[in-house]
Amino acid sequence: MVEILGVPAPALFGQLLLGLINGAFYAMLSLGLAVIFGLLNIINFTHGAQYMMGAFTAWMLLNWFGIGYWWSLLLAPLFVGFTGILIERVLLKRLAGLDHLYGLLLTFGLALVIQGLYRNEFGSTGLPYAIPPELRGGQNLGFMFLPNYRAWVVVVSLVVCLLTWLVIEKTRLGSYLRAATENPTLVQAMGIDVPKMVTLTYGFGVALAAFAGVLAAPIYQVSPLMGADLIIVVFAVVVIGGMGSILGSIVTGFGLGVVEGLTKVFWPQASATVIFVIMAIVLLLRPAGLFGRTS
Amino acid sequence: MAAPVLEVEDLHAWYGESHVLHGMSFSVREGEVVTLLGRNGAGKTTTIKAIMGVVPKRTGSIRVRGVETVALPPHRIARLGIAWCPEERGIFASLDVLENLLLPPVVAPGGLSREQIFALFPNLAERLSSQGTKLSGGEQQMLAIARILRTGARLLLLDEPTEGLAPVIVQQIGRTIRKLKEEGFTILLVEQNFRFAARIADRHYIVEHGRVVDEIGAAEVGPGQERLVAYLAV
Repeated sequence: MVEILGVPAPALFGQLLLGLINGAFYAMLSLGLAVIFGLLNIINFTHGAQYMMGAFTAWMLLNWFGIGYWWSLLLAPLFVGFTGILIERVLLKRLAGLDHLYGLLLTFGLALVIQGLYRNEFGSTGLPYAIPPELRGGQNLGFMFLPNYRAWVVVVSLVVCLLTWLVIEKTRLGSYLRAATENPTLVQAMGIDVPKMVTLTYGFGVALAAFAGVLAAPIYQVSPLMGADLIIVVFAVVVIGGMGSILGSIVTGFGLGVVEGLTKVFWPQASATVIFVIMAIVLLLRPAGLFGRTS
Repeated sequence: MAAPVLEVEDLHAWYGESHVLHGMSFSVREGEVVTLLGRNGAGKTTTIKAIMGVVPKRTGSIRVRGVETVALPPHRIARLGIAWCPEERGIFASLDVLENLLLPPVVAPGGLSREQIFALFPNLAERLSSQGTKLSGGEQQMLAIARILRTGARLLLLDEPTEGLAPVIVQQIGRTIRKLKEEGFTILLVEQNFRFAARIADRHYIVEHGRVVDEIGAAEVGPGQERLVAYLAV
């Protein structure tokens, strides 16, 4: 068997793939958090719960209505994004101009309430969600076995992240978004309906989390706490990448997933903490994050 | 006499607890250049912001071409064909020069084309892909004026466009404003630089403690000028 640095190649590439998959979820979730933080100045602690809602919506669509994976990929983000719009309109809107702490308490409390409701209804043990038939099986690449569904997750999340980045950096809509992140008052005085843009941006960030949730459903168990476990790491990713940086959250998300995967190969005991160690080092050396603007 | 484009009556404005405007009343007619003159803290900038709807609280009456705007949100006010060039210029660091220029949406037909803008401000044409805030102060001021000329707004609120700029740039901005006046734009100008204002404005309103205390026409420069100096003397 081929060995690289004393590790069997299939084990190394297997962990690398696992790292990429985790990284894909880190990237999609931290991207949504970055977009929301940029415009709303709110650290959305409900994000993990909204990711979970996406997975559950897919599960409910399948088990209650017989609607499959592909439609869920579209419908679940729409539905969860709509609940996000309601949350922004009814609750978050009232926090504009207040200290960060209020947003943190509100969104964290909301996450607890949502998770509690789902746990009450579905219990704590995970529910299975099958891989869609089109994506079952895998490819033997010679040096490793690549399951089709996992390859799909990496590719589609990369595409979604890059599309989001392109829209924000290269389009007229994106220039409104960037400008409003800097100076919402002036942008509104130019004739752009900034409050509506804020609402839709929150809805989009939340829909992105739900989309990630649907992608995750066949890989992880669908369970009420699936987001709570993930979101802690995602916040570390956001801090490392630089709060509010779009490209930073994508690159850091995938990068840290890979670092975590490699650590599992070479020093398994450290794999659960390596991201937090990196976070501490980055905070010491570059408090604004790797891609954050220091002004 | 031309109809008033902007009528402000008994305008009060507050920042939190502090009451800044105490009943401002004035009007600007179609095609006029009118200045608000006064010392620092008199309420000139707040008046402009109150017209745009970006102060936290305001009462009274502000009519733009007859439409009452005191209860409208800023984006609806801007859509009435009124554009604001703020004192701090408001050039966005995360946008390049071209994006800054194209940022404000067109609110009415008849705005300047890109070619006309570059004819007016040739410096900008050479720096389109620079980051907005990498421009010099003068270029940023030109960009801030240029981007509102694109929108088709015919009522311009310019807040201290010459502040902190070199004399040669001040002259260029003065020429630009005169040219805009010739083309029929209506301009409300806030200025500290009275000598600059005197050369381009039709009328001056003197602002003190959040209200208009005097109005001086450009025609009465002789005796009027003495009054102005008295008002503005520190």
